[in-house]
Amino acid sequence: MRRPRTIRAWAVLVWLALWQLGAMAIDQQIILVSPLRVLSRLWELIPTPDFWGSIAYSLVRITAGFLLGVAAGTVLAALSARFRRVEELLAPAMLAIKSIPVASFIILALILFSSRNLAVPISFLIVLPVLYSNVLGGIRAADSQLMEMVRVFRIPVGRSIRYVYLPQVMPYFLSACGSALGLCWKSGIAAEVIGMPEGSIGEQLQQAKVYLDTPDLFAWTLVIVLVSLAFERAFLALLRRGARAMERM
Amino acid sequence: MEDIVIRNLCKSFAGKPVLRDFSAVLPVGQVTGLMAPSGAGKTTLLRILMGLERPDGGTIDGLAGLRLSAVFQEDRLCDNLDPSANIRLINPTLGRRETEDALAAVGLAGCLRQPARELSGGMRRRVAILRALLAEYDLLFLDEPFKGLDRETKETVMADTRRRCAGRTVLLVTHDVAELDAMGAVVRLDLST
Repeated sequence: MRRPRTIRAWAVLVWLALWQLGAMAIDQQIILVSPLRVLSRLWELIPTPDFWGSIAYSLVRITAGFLLGVAAGTVLAALSARFRRVEELLAPAMLAIKSIPVASFIILALILFSSRNLAVPISFLIVLPVLYSNVLGGIRAADSQLMEMVRVFRIPVGRSIRYVYLPQVMPYFLSACGSALGLCWKSGIAAEVIGMPEGSIGEQLQQAKVYLDTPDLFAWTLVIVLVSLAFERAFLALLRRGARAMERM
Repeated sequence: MEDIVIRNLCKSFAGKPVLRDFSAVLPVGQVTGLMAPSGAGKTTLLRILMGLERPDGGTIDGLAGLRLSAVFQEDRLCDNLDPSANIRLINPTLGRRETEDALAAVGLAGCLRQPARELSGGMRRRVAILRALLAEYDLLFLDEPFKGLDRETKETVMADTRRRCAGRTVLLVTHDVAELDAMGAVVRLDLST
């Protein structure tokens, strides 16, 4: 079932108009740049090779961290669902990862590793507990009567995972991926802003801050929002298509 | 395959005995009927025989290594799969054509492509029954299998079930003597005694 659309064009236009009016009233580009100026700056950036290079740099690393987090979170959730001791062992670690501020992880990672690939471990650490707890919840919520049916008919593991478990866990997995994608972009870029790896979006944001270049700051922020949204849409659409193909017999 | 011999089976839940020294023989190749009032332990007995519960005492001989099939009290279908896929999930050696012919024989020709979640209660029941009948099994459990079917459909399904169960070892749990007669259950156990 399709969810009703909550983002309406008219509402977006109202907010953009308010922003434009606010910028005109303040009339200080360094404090609040107008949306038209942001678009104009973005238009200037788009044809430059550095623009696409920075996007590719951050996209590759944040995606790598995200995918590693998804894989590890899913495997660990499956192991925890099967073995109580694994769940007990992982519980304090997951709680620590969820509770420790991301800035602490970033500084620790900067001490331990080079800043070049900083976004990978940071995105990974943000995604891991989200995937772990959601997938574990999904496995636990699986219909116990269907699980008994699998036991009585002795359905092989591969078939039962594909046709019985997967459709039940998939909604939890998709919801976790949706939440984790937004979080990993925010934390990955935050890590780049602190670590300033050369050629990353984070470095561009840091440069904008240093030179008080507000149009650049807003333009790059808009880029982050658009890229993360596009990535989320594409990734979730791929997952849904993959899940439907898997369920087909 | 030998007869299945149940001796002095006991099971309690929270100190409340549900099965007390129950003994019986399920003859191979026959339909055995099991009748008892609600709460007498029919489902518990079936769950023990299916390996879903451990008895507190007693023995069951002749069950080890048997391939089981069952119609549970609930349909227990995969809602995302269509009727044919639900059946072939249990027995992948069946072809789609063969499965669909079997479904058509019990009046389900019109819903072959619908996921189980879109089927009515009676349709789901028929799919659950066919899934059990078309599985590769040595022992079949039928736990009130015809519950929820209208009279006409029930007669069609019972006739189909009896034909497919001929010569097979079946334990049929029901409240209805007419169902035992229709299924040709010669051996009848009463759990209430």
